[in-house]
Amino acid sequence: MLQYTIRRLLSVIPVMFVVSVIVFMIVHLTPGNPALIILGEDTSPKAIADLEEQLGLNDPLYIQFFNWLSQVITGDLGTSVYSERKVTELIFSNFRPTFSLMSLSMILLLVIAIPAAIAIVALRKTVLDPIFTSVSLLGVSIPDFWLAILLVLGFGVALPVFPVAGYVPLTEGMGAWLYHLLLPAFVLAIVEVGIIARMLRDSMLESVNQDYTKTALAKGIKEREVLVRHVFANALIPTTTVLGATVAGLLGGTVIIETLFTIPGIGQLLIDSIHRRDYPVVQGVVLFIAAIYVLVNLLVDLLYTFLDPRIRYD
Amino acid sequence: MFQKKTNVLALCILSLIVLATITAQWWLPFSPTNIDPEKRLTAPSFDHWFGTDDFGRDVFARTVVAAQVSLAVGGIVALFATVIGTTIGLVSGYFRKVDFILMRVIDGFLAFPALLLALALVAALGGSLINIIIALTLAFFPVMARVVRSATLQVKNESYIEAARTTGASHFVVITRYIFPNILSPVIVQSTFIFAKAILAEAALSFLGVGVDPSTPTWGSMLQEAQIYLTIAPWYSIFPGLGIVITVLALNLLGDGLRDAFDPHQVKRKPRTKVA
Repeated sequence: MLQYTIRRLLSVIPVMFVVSVIVFMIVHLTPGNPALIILGEDTSPKAIADLEEQLGLNDPLYIQFFNWLSQVITGDLGTSVYSERKVTELIFSNFRPTFSLMSLSMILLLVIAIPAAIAIVALRKTVLDPIFTSVSLLGVSIPDFWLAILLVLGFGVALPVFPVAGYVPLTEGMGAWLYHLLLPAFVLAIVEVGIIARMLRDSMLESVNQDYTKTALAKGIKEREVLVRHVFANALIPTTTVLGATVAGLLGGTVIIETLFTIPGIGQLLIDSIHRRDYPVVQGVVLFIAAIYVLVNLLVDLLYTFLDPRIRYD
Repeated sequence: MFQKKTNVLALCILSLIVLATITAQWWLPFSPTNIDPEKRLTAPSFDHWFGTDDFGRDVFARTVVAAQVSLAVGGIVALFATVIGTTIGLVSGYFRKVDFILMRVIDGFLAFPALLLALALVAALGGSLINIIIALTLAFFPVMARVVRSATLQVKNESYIEAARTTGASHFVVITRYIFPNILSPVIVQSTFIFAKAILAEAALSFLGVGVDPSTPTWGSMLQEAQIYLTIAPWYSIFPGLGIVITVLALNLLGDGLRDAFDPHQVKRKPRTKVA
């Protein structure tokens, strides 16, 4: 167990190294001189030379990479070309809305997916199961931004129940926070609901036929109780493995949802920075999101071995 | 694969979309680029089935023509990601020495949510059609490489592979003639899903305004333009989205159907659900 944990922890190093190479290359993939592209055509050669110096563009590529990497490791992601603020500062001030949005999404996701999966397995001999399969397939086929547009049309325009844009921090009251965030969080969650509910359903159907389920039923325990205490509990373990992918889906989705609902999170920061060609910020945000994703996957893997004693990676 | 009704249905829908969009210029009642200032943002009618946009252009014609870019991008990305991913997966699964290095690189790529990686790459490369294809290929090939690698690892230890090696077949022959045909089914299934995901991702990129040049109609760019007029011209936001949903749904349906058709376990599983 300890050996596996250490090995899994160490495996993060090569992954983060490759991630940093990719993120570093973002600036160097730009056709032409990055300094010129950032500042625009009308800039004086002096300003371009200064920015080249600031970004270290005159050194050989590998030296630039190691300079950049050693800065990143010490937590310095550089300075925004646009606002001249520290990139780390920008990320942290924009992360709160994103974190709010993702947390609420995750709660909605579990609140919808778990009862849905249990209901479907309980009523598996009825017409509910094929309906669910079709709906979950539809769920992964709908672009989240289009679903958001439809919901805005429905609940923002036709039936004006929710605001269609904006963000209120939690410090200004739970009600206002929830009121502004509910619609975007729901859109973000709904795509993943189909995936999680389907995974839970499949795993539950597997454990329905296991010996422990039959034993529990034979002991005379009510079917409903067996379903929750034995079937559902065992189905949770394989489902944790897709949680990492769910977080990735949510992280990718926030970029679009934040832009659509004008929530000032890191997704919006990323899109704005792309349009402004503010590459240090683009690099910082992309690296930050990838790091979160790697961390979540690490936690999920460790949690998995902890939850299921049958699995020991020796 | 033709035994399942859903597979046939999915293939019919896809063929219809491909046929409609390729032949669009011969049968569409309006040109997708025909500007008519007097008919700005008119609601769906007998003349304009899907209404008109802010330039008075026919939304139906634009939705049909937009399928060309979406399908081309999705198809080419699926092809490239499959070729690159399969090659890497085969090499990685077969040669243990390069496996470690290759898989760490793949892990690095997989550490980004696919859309985010594509977004960052397009931001760097610039938003042309070719760059979008490059970005999306780089975003989706790692999944294929993983799938092919694990399939290769399973097949590699079969006795017929050992037999082929004993008869003196070279590594190249073993990989291409013996391993590859045996891992083809997950490759086909996965490439169908990549096709679907690439269409969604291209639409998302265009919607965010970093995609293909806005003068080319794509479903994503139409939805982006339509967003400003959401309250006064909702039809403009609805129909291009329907185009995406129908196409992607057909592809996902096909992928699911193919997976069931290729997977012998699926057949066994069905009666088991009746127990308890």
